Amino acid sequence: MTNSIGDMLQARAFLIIGSNTTEQHPIIGLQIKRAVRRNGAKLILADPRKIELAQFATIHLQHEGGTDIPLLNGLAYVILDENLQDDEFIATRTENFEAWRKVVEQYPPDEVSKITGVPVDDIVAAARMYATNKPAAILYAMGITQHIVGHYNVTALANLAMLTGNVGVPGGGVNPLRGQNNVQGACDVGCLPNVYPGYQKVTDEEVRAKFANFHSNEQPPAKVGLTVIEMMNAMLEGKVRAMYIMGENPALSDPDSNHVRRCLEACEFLVVNEIFLSETAQMADVVLPAAASVEKDGTYTNTERRIQLAHKALDPPGQAKPDWQILCELAKRMGAPEDEWSYSHPSEIMEEIAAVSPIYGGIRYERLEPVGLQWPCWAPEHGGTPILHVGRFTRGLGYFTPVHHQPADELPDDEYPFMLTTGRLLQHWHTGTMTRRVGGLDYLVPEELVEINPIDAEKLGIEDGDWIRVSSRRGEVVARAHVFDRPRPGLVFMTFHFAEALGNVLTNAALDPIAKIPEYKVCAVKVEKLDSPPE
Amino acid sequence: MLHYDRQVTTICPYCGVGCNLNLHIKDDRIVRVTSFYDHPVNRGNLCVKGRFGLEYVHHPDRLTTPLIRRNGRLEPASWDEALGLVAERLNAIKAESGPDSIALLSSAKCSNEDNYLMQKLARQVIGTHNIDHCARL
Ligand code: SF4
Repeated sequence: MTNSIGDMLQARAFLIIGSNTTEQHPIIGLQIKRAVRRNGAKLILADPRKIELAQFATIHLQHEGGTDIPLLNGLAYVILDENLQDDEFIATRTENFEAWRKVVEQYPPDEVSKITGVPVDDIVAAARMYATNKPAAILYAMGITQHIVGHYNVTALANLAMLTGNVGVPGGGVNPLRGQNNVQGACDVGCLPNVYPGYQKVTDEEVRAKFANFHSNEQPPAKVGLTVIEMMNAMLEGKVRAMYIMGENPALSDPDSNHVRRCLEACEFLVVNEIFLSETAQMADVVLPAAASVEKDGTYTNTERRIQLAHKALDPPGQAKPDWQILCELAKRMGAPEDEWSYSHPSEIMEEIAAVSPIYGGIRYERLEPVGLQWPCWAPEHGGTPILHVGRFTRGLGYFTPVHHQPADELPDDEYPFMLTTGRLLQHWHTGTMTRRVGGLDYLVPEELVEINPIDAEKLGIEDGDWIRVSSRRGEVVARAHVFDRPRPGLVFMTFHFAEALGNVLTNAALDPIAKIPEYKVCAVKVEKLDSPPE
Repeated sequence: MLHYDRQVTTICPYCGVGCNLNLHIKDDRIVRVTSFYDHPVNRGNLCVKGRFGLEYVHHPDRLTTPLIRRNGRLEPASWDEALGLVAERLNAIKAESGPDSIALLSSAKCSNEDNYLMQKLARQVIGTHNIDHCARL
């Protein structure tokens, strides 16, 4: 997030798109409800489903899946047409405005309405609302990024924020809500194929020299490595022979999971660190038992870039160990220098992270109580950064990048007439490895329920609770139907919490060429009623 | 009134909000979860997962020993044997097919320190940039 959870209460308006905030980031959802109910902030919600936030929305734009760019360009069109832009911000802090404007002019509301299914009046009203209530905060999540145009979707949001000068101010900004508890941190410390810790590019010679000095080894070639989906395919092709997985469950979490299973089966040597024998661990050659987060000291970085300290509360069961210890022992056995892999406590690892990544430069364990620090935190006396881009963008001037509509990779057709979108529920987490082992949560939601609109259900003779088969070009899933008007007509919704009825059997692994994100949020399926329950 | 022996503060293991948890522990079991009202992230609020969702750590399915596949089945092994095997096989595959024939998936559920060492293992010890995690999934 460019901004902080706390400053959201200052927003006069929200544009929330591709984020089911009250279920996926419930405490941020609570803030938004409070801002709307108590402070009278306006809420523009753009989502193909009537999610809980729709009850709080001033306007709900229920656009068709995969049409975010035309919708956002359409909002920009109206703002420019009615002269509601922030001219001073555009003049002093941005560039390429005129070129971008020419592209936006191709998206008048009546055209946009045809592509997105949103009434013209709503597009106009939403644009006015966003531009005239300042500060206005944009919030988004995977509903924006998990498309083949995910990168451009984000660009379109940044353009809107710059157009209205909603950057670098409390209550404004462009705020991605990061999913996992430490997805932000895993990126920050370099678990990405293109960057070293602190987002330092692997292709940059200066950066390589720095790391070569720091660690006594040759650096890998200045070439970006493989992303998850690319790794999977490389295993099938025999180019990647071994895989080491720490605490992830790609057998269920990755798109087109039948294909992913074939890839994992093709892997010659698979090692998994885990707390449970997950579906992926079941396929491994070696499984190493890990400590859960409450069984070790460590830091986690939340969606507002706040690095927070977690304390060990319990001993791990049996012989299980914290991952950092497992990794140290393995590295030494593989021949790594003893002195570069000996840490007596995670705080020493953090000292090393601080030494190699400038944005974490001032992070020390003793500074993290009671409330943590928000990066960039350059030095031991630096107080952290609650809001990014104040007065200046990282690159200097903000660049208006023109973006065009591009239809989703796979759209409904005669054979597969429905659009499937996937997501998660409040009560469960990702592949269910943890939450399905919690009695209370399992009691609340024990099985997959496919959301389908009553209009569609009636045509297919499906009643609430009926068993149905959902199939795509990649596989089929049997589950029960939940008939209610949350998805828009033509759309069905599934999760990936339940191994026995897994949405990801159906999803499309087509990738955004830039961000390499798979298009989970749109694929084509058909829906059939089953006459009898499955065996 | 529930009784507890001690309280320990930690961070919720679920979503990216990063709520602070105050675990109440009795006889080495988590018996109650609360949070502090003055914390800027969640101001004492927790959702159903943070407040009631930690029971999995006590689940009997937890892995307690290393496992090695023998004749198609995963069987318990010692740490020494398991780590020895992993080191030997990874080194052998690296020697035969080069560092890029190995790929590593790190975890958005693990700590910064765990993740840092995972990429250090990839880049320093194995010599590949084939490291990723589920940021996109
Ligand atoms: S308590 Fe709920 S909102 Fe808070 S971090 Fe955990 S899952 Fe997220």
